[in-house]
Amino acid sequence: MNRNILFAPLAFFLILVVVFGTQLARNADGDDPTKLESVLIGKTVPEFRLEDLAEPGKLYDQSIFVGEPLLLNVWATWCPTCYAEHQYLNELSQRGVKIIGLNYKDDRNKAVQWLTELGNPYLISLFDGDGMLGLDLGVYGAPETYLIDANGVIRYRHVGDVNPTNWEETLQPMYQQFLQEAK
Amino acid sequence: MIKSMRAFLLLLCAVTLPTIAAIDVHEFDSVEQEQQFKELSATLRCPKCQNNSIGDSNAILAQDLRQKVYEMLKAGKSEQEIIDYMIARYGNFVTYNPPVTPVTSVLWLGPLAVIVIGFGFIFIRSRKRKAVRSISETWDEDKEAKLKALLEEENNQGENKQ
Repeated sequence: MNRNILFAPLAFFLILVVVFGTQLARNADGDDPTKLESVLIGKTVPEFRLEDLAEPGKLYDQSIFVGEPLLLNVWATWCPTCYAEHQYLNELSQRGVKIIGLNYKDDRNKAVQWLTELGNPYLISLFDGDGMLGLDLGVYGAPETYLIDANGVIRYRHVGDVNPTNWEETLQPMYQQFLQEAK
Repeated sequence: MIKSMRAFLLLLCAVTLPTIAAIDVHEFDSVEQEQQFKELSATLRCPKCQNNSIGDSNAILAQDLRQKVYEMLKAGKSEQEIIDYMIARYGNFVTYNPPVTPVTSVLWLGPLAVIVIGFGFIFIRSRKRKAVRSISETWDEDKEAKLKALLEEENNQGENKQ
């Protein structure tokens, strides 16, 4: 009998070690397996009619996303990670990055107070109290940040906080690219 | 005694009432509709949780999705329409019954491949063993001579001992 066959289980085990090891290393680098790919990539922002956060009665629709590349940031006061990323969003907006805020399933007064106290990085703040635009966007956990090009097409979804590392590595290059495309 | 018991029960009711209120109550037009709701709650997966149906999970998102399913059923949408609606927003992750696509085909073909490879392995090995056996069974004069020599040696040794 071929004795080499006895080593097959060991070889199989070693292959598994390599496979799992690679994935664990990737997870440690920030590849979160619970992250979902958005199905809206390449599609235009869904239709909506939502009120301004601070001014009830003032309505916006999907046309605000057409014209220039934008970030759409989904946030809420009940979300601790949103708090963590807020200062960085302020910094980005000071650098000229255009961000639209979507206040998602939140208490309106608390949200207004939050922006007054922590600073307001948003060009426009939409109020999505019952989360229906969130549902149409496939939001499954705040904060989420969508990159939308000048045609109003969703190009990328980032789940989790925006921080200097992921902004510089992934988001900014894409944002710059969309700015170039828009010219 | 009875009075204090009654007071205690009342207190118990007061304590438990809020929990009852937290369970969402849905009214359906028909038993069939209720059945559909139960089915959808069990086959739609909560995107926030890793392995919970929206019926099992109490995540806010799962509650929202249940509510949406309920509203759509009430509006007369079919089960397939509701599933398509959810897939259009959350992707195939949202259903426990994913369609066959190049990515998910491994789910269907994987087990089949394991069976084919397994039986193939067994088949090939059994053929090899047969081949080995048939070779060893050939008996020629050379071997006959060797055997005789061995037997004689044994006999000689046995005689020497006696």
